[in-house]
Amino acid sequence: MRSVAVTLRAPRMLAVPFPFGRALGAPGDADGQRHVLRALLSMLDAPGPGPLLHDYVPR
Amino acid sequence: MASWDELPLKYRISIRAYRWRTIADTPWATLRVPLGRARVALVTSAGLYRPGVDADFGTREGEVISARYLPSDTPVTALAIGQTSDAFDRADLLKDKNLALPLDRLYELAADGTIGEVAPRAVSFNGSMVAPGRFLKETAPGIVDALLADEVDAALFVPV
Repeated sequence: MRSVAVTLRAPRMLAVPFPFGRALGAPGDADGQRHVLRALLSMLDAPGPGPLLHDYVPR
Repeated sequence: MASWDELPLKYRISIRAYRWRTIADTPWATLRVPLGRARVALVTSAGLYRPGVDADFGTREGEVISARYLPSDTPVTALAIGQTSDAFDRADLLKDKNLALPLDRLYELAADGTIGEVAPRAVSFNGSMVAPGRFLKETAPGIVDALLADEVDAALFVPV
């Protein structure tokens, strides 16, 4: 939840528009899951300092 | 992100009143190597474990705060869900454990060169705990030590 993420202040956080228990999206959607991971990995190259909270943009 | 509206009323009330810990000074580190050469680990709070190999995570009343270290070549289909929270629907996670521990996806990203390689172990713990202070003091340092021992460049945490 965004409010919790803002409070916790982890270095890099990706906000995804999926329900609880489905952080990577839909079951069996390998392309979509990779897309989420790529978005998360791209934050490793984002300039700091943190906390960074990016919104995931679905395909 | 998941929203308050998805939660049963009892959790909406308790979570709004919960005194969340916060990181006063957010640590910051950058990759030491290009992402295409980085060793990447996964960490999940879904409480995934290998039945018959790892201890489970107990019950909500007798919670287990220790972590499980899963060899990354473990088939995700062989993992059981030890998360003790009843605040989320497990149906989709039961269909595809990659939703909490995307090992298959990470191997695919290693194969296409997006990352260098998958770390030899993934870390799993039960994120539904009433004693996070004990977890931070007794369990988290061991997780850090394991990731350092595995010479991990980046760790992706999937909260459940």
